[in-house]
Amino acid sequence: MTHEEIRKRVLECLGKVAPEADLAALSPSVPFRDQLDIDSIDFLSFVISVDEVLHVAVPEADYGALTTLDDCVAYLARQLERSAEGAGGAP
Amino acid sequence: MPLLGADMQAGTLVEWLKAPGDRLARGDIIAEVETDKGAIEIEVFTPGTLSKILVEPGQKVPVGTSLALIERDAEAEPEHVQPPLEPLPPAAGPAPVAAPAGGRQRVSPLARRLATELGVDLATVKGTGPEGAVRREDVEAAARVKGGPTEVAGKGEDRAAGMRRAIAAAMSRSKRDIPHYYLSTMIDLGRARDWLADQNRGRAPAERLLPAVLQIKAVALALREFPDLNAWRVGDAAVPKESIHVGIAISLRGGGLMAPAVHDTDRLSPDQLMHALRDLVSRVRGGALRSSELADSTITVSNLGDRGVDALFGVIYPPQVALVGFGRIAERPWVVGGQVLARPMVTASLSADHRSSDGHRGGLFLARVEQLLQEPARL
Repeated sequence: MTHEEIRKRVLECLGKVAPEADLAALSPSVPFRDQLDIDSIDFLSFVISVDEVLHVAVPEADYGALTTLDDCVAYLARQLERSAEGAGGAP
Repeated sequence: MPLLGADMQAGTLVEWLKAPGDRLARGDIIAEVETDKGAIEIEVFTPGTLSKILVEPGQKVPVGTSLALIERDAEAEPEHVQPPLEPLPPAAGPAPVAAPAGGRQRVSPLARRLATELGVDLATVKGTGPEGAVRREDVEAAARVKGGPTEVAGKGEDRAAGMRRAIAAAMSRSKRDIPHYYLSTMIDLGRARDWLADQNRGRAPAERLLPAVLQIKAVALALREFPDLNAWRVGDAAVPKESIHVGIAISLRGGGLMAPAVHDTDRLSPDQLMHALRDLVSRVRGGALRSSELADSTITVSNLGDRGVDALFGVIYPPQVALVGFGRIAERPWVVGGQVLARPMVTASLSADHRSSDGHRGGLFLARVEQLLQEPARL
């Protein structure tokens, strides 16, 4: 999956928790919690949505890697790549 | 029309979801009403058959008005659909008296100021005070019914403005009538954090718990030992409630606030409470609350930790007599066993009605909450 495809999916997930937000105006390098007024439950809903859409169950220890849109895309790209490598190496 | 908030006077029937002849089970959603706090689903508390509708969509009726008749199972006499709660008694005072004809309208200074704040034309307000004087309660009531008997509260800005008015009225009344006292304590959440990390490790995101769940559960369990804080003010007395229904303060996107109840909070496991919390937040923000959730809270818990707030000292939501606040969880230096360590600390606060309890009692309550949070596995 390309970075652009991941970015599109992440924005879909954010749109679910902040439906009123203008995601086109989201600054990709600024923490989105502040930009979208997201609280802990919203953030958990976002993580759940990422799990459903991209099949990446982000552990709590990695929540810090989901601070900005750019961070999210980079982190999820790494996880998807690892996942693909793992699947490819399986007997 | 059920009472869905301390200062609610009337509501507008938006839509019937059942028709005459329909079978009704306890808990069925029968209708939707519009209040200053948005659209609320009305539940059935009497199983039976809907026999007659008494209020048509678009009608605005006072709290306590029968909305429909339900024929109870195995009983011949139909029963009026009534809310489980009685409306708050009207403010003490003589019966409404018209203002002296041609004379100057008598208006209390407080009512005049409030009318300005709420945009109420005093010339349209009927006074219920001595000699027809307009009092604060009259202005608040007028603010609620303003717009005519058939108006359905609008969306967007109208709803936000209505909610702002409702919050303004309830909070102003609380601050005027309730002698608040405030206490706070710092709580080490190290054990709770470690326990949560253990629990959440290996769980799918949808099954994970948040720290707020443990805080709410600790409050609910502590209330079992402090019924004087789990009470409603009725007249001159605080009446302890048998059940513990913690109201959760939830902010709305675009402004506003609601504090619906999680029923029987003390009996829910952390997993059940987390599920209830997510469901409640989703429905508050999606506009699908039920009447009992708005009417039943016996205490409120507010958490502003996500907004970076260190501590909050809330305004009690009448007829409740207490509110518990939590600030952010932050790593702070804390002395443990003679050593200064970095610990995840949170400030818990209590706002309580001094007519119902004293600071000594409130202090014991907060200490119990702290104690419970040191044993997260037992929550």
